[in-house]
Amino acid sequence: MAEIAQSRPKIARRQMRVIPIVEAVLLALLIAMPLLVSDFLTVIITRMVILAMLAISFDLCWGYSGIMTFGQALYFGMAGYVVALLANKAGFVQFWGVIPIGMATGLLAALFVGWFLLLGKRTPEIIFVALGTLTASYAAERMVAGWQWVGAGNGMTVYDFLKIGDYELEPGIVFYYIAAAILVLVYLASRYLVRSQFGLVLAGMRQNEERLAFFGYKVQVFKALVFCFAGMIAGLSGALYAYHEGFIGPGSMGIVLSTYAVLYGLFGGAGTLLGPVIGVIAIESISFTLSDLDAVKSFWPVVLGIILLVVVAYKPTGLLGFVVSQRERIGTFGIGTSRRGEDPRKSDDGAA
Amino acid sequence: MALLEVQGVGKTFGALRALDGVDVSVQANTFHGLIGPNGSGKSTLLKAIAGAHLADDGTITFDGSDITRMRAADRARLGLSLKFQITAVLPELSVYDNLLLSIQADEPVWALVRSRSRAESHDRVMDALERFRLADRADDLAGELSHGLQQWLEIAMALMRRPKLLLLDEPTGGMSPEERRATGELLMPIKDDCALVIVEHDLDFIKDICDHLTVLDQGRVLDDGTVAEIEASPKVQEVYTTRV
Repeated sequence: MAEIAQSRPKIARRQMRVIPIVEAVLLALLIAMPLLVSDFLTVIITRMVILAMLAISFDLCWGYSGIMTFGQALYFGMAGYVVALLANKAGFVQFWGVIPIGMATGLLAALFVGWFLLLGKRTPEIIFVALGTLTASYAAERMVAGWQWVGAGNGMTVYDFLKIGDYELEPGIVFYYIAAAILVLVYLASRYLVRSQFGLVLAGMRQNEERLAFFGYKVQVFKALVFCFAGMIAGLSGALYAYHEGFIGPGSMGIVLSTYAVLYGLFGGAGTLLGPVIGVIAIESISFTLSDLDAVKSFWPVVLGIILLVVVAYKPTGLLGFVVSQRERIGTFGIGTSRRGEDPRKSDDGAA
Repeated sequence: MALLEVQGVGKTFGALRALDGVDVSVQANTFHGLIGPNGSGKSTLLKAIAGAHLADDGTITFDGSDITRMRAADRARLGLSLKFQITAVLPELSVYDNLLLSIQADEPVWALVRSRSRAESHDRVMDALERFRLADRADDLAGELSHGLQQWLEIAMALMRRPKLLLLDEPTGGMSPEERRATGELLMPIKDDCALVIVEHDLDFIKDICDHLTVLDQGRVLDDGTVAEIEASPKVQEVYTTRV
């Protein structure tokens, strides 16, 4: 019998891990960029850093939990509106309050939407969730566009800067580093979640939801939790965005930005957390460059669309899929599985 | 009192009456075989017990609880474990992670987020890998295993949760005679811990390991008894000699 189990020779799995290298490169870039570019470009890349959080929130839903959300901008925009209203109507602009309020707004909005879309008796179809989130985002966009109290179609200007104590956070290098630090924290928290035993359930769920139910997992609860966590990150991102841009409008809540969140994830590589960050950098950089290029100035969105289409169609795993294997993308979750023969308790957590 | 009591269970798919008033009683720590010709309702009955689909009528009682309308996840939490007919290992997870996933289903969500049982589950996972002769393949993706080894992995996964009743749907499908014999060897020791309901086409295999057999035909119970009684049953012989 032993030969049945051992009929295949052992293969040493010593594949080089690419994700830590990409992490290191991106972290180095994140730290060095403002020192290398002009003040104007620092403002542009701060926006990318903020949008990267929105992209990560999409990736947690789709890349890790199989929830096709076409409405991440809803939580982003709603949090932006709430902190803008607090600033303009109540004069509250303190960083320590604005960030948690933005997060709580995103979380509660996602809980509300998730309750209807995900926690039904039956497992919802992907298309049902996609259309449900899209509709919620579109309805919210239309609602604020017609609501004078929140500026209707003109949106709201945020007149004050975000403050830490008496220090005013103007868009610039300090704002950048604070946003970058928050992005690192969001990334680390998300990575911790998806590499935990909870993440193993998500990985199993993506492959065979029905099988997980027969183990006793309440799959919808796991989905709803990730959806709320992602909503919270989108809310955090939206609160920062409103202060950074000094403006929040219906477009920040609607289907165009929601679709961008999807594109960031798919273009960069869903299910990696890093891919969406790369997606934001790539798409925003291409847009920025093309819109300034005389030859394509008038039709650059078409060129961008073709580039996105080619990458997504040719490489469903996105840009990061060129360098990160499927095996590394999914990772391992046990302790010491690649260190047989050693005491696993003496090794690190073993998560890829 | 029986561990599992199926009483008058019926199931209809469109115009097809797949199960019609089926009664089955399974005692604790016994191996109970469900046999019958193709289309007799064996897999349908197994799925109705596990909760893959709900019975239209009748009752199913498991360990004193009425589970007839209960969801599959809740039945699993009561101690029912199912191995599907088509292997349903998670192909893109390692063999080790498949087992870890099956072991941690009862953990609270917060404990899973904090990975609190990762270290303490390790020994149980390694024991199961050794027992099912998969230790050398722990790091391999489950999808890379041969069909026979995937079947073993799935049985190991179903047992990881220490079920009171294990439901196996054709566990030796696609296996060589050697692998079938080995599967029987792997299953026998679990009798101390749980009962088994097994659907299988290989009658030699099922006669070797089962204490009790229920024969289904066209959605109804044709006969029920010990292996010797079923072997001597004229009704069963007629079905198997004329229609199988």
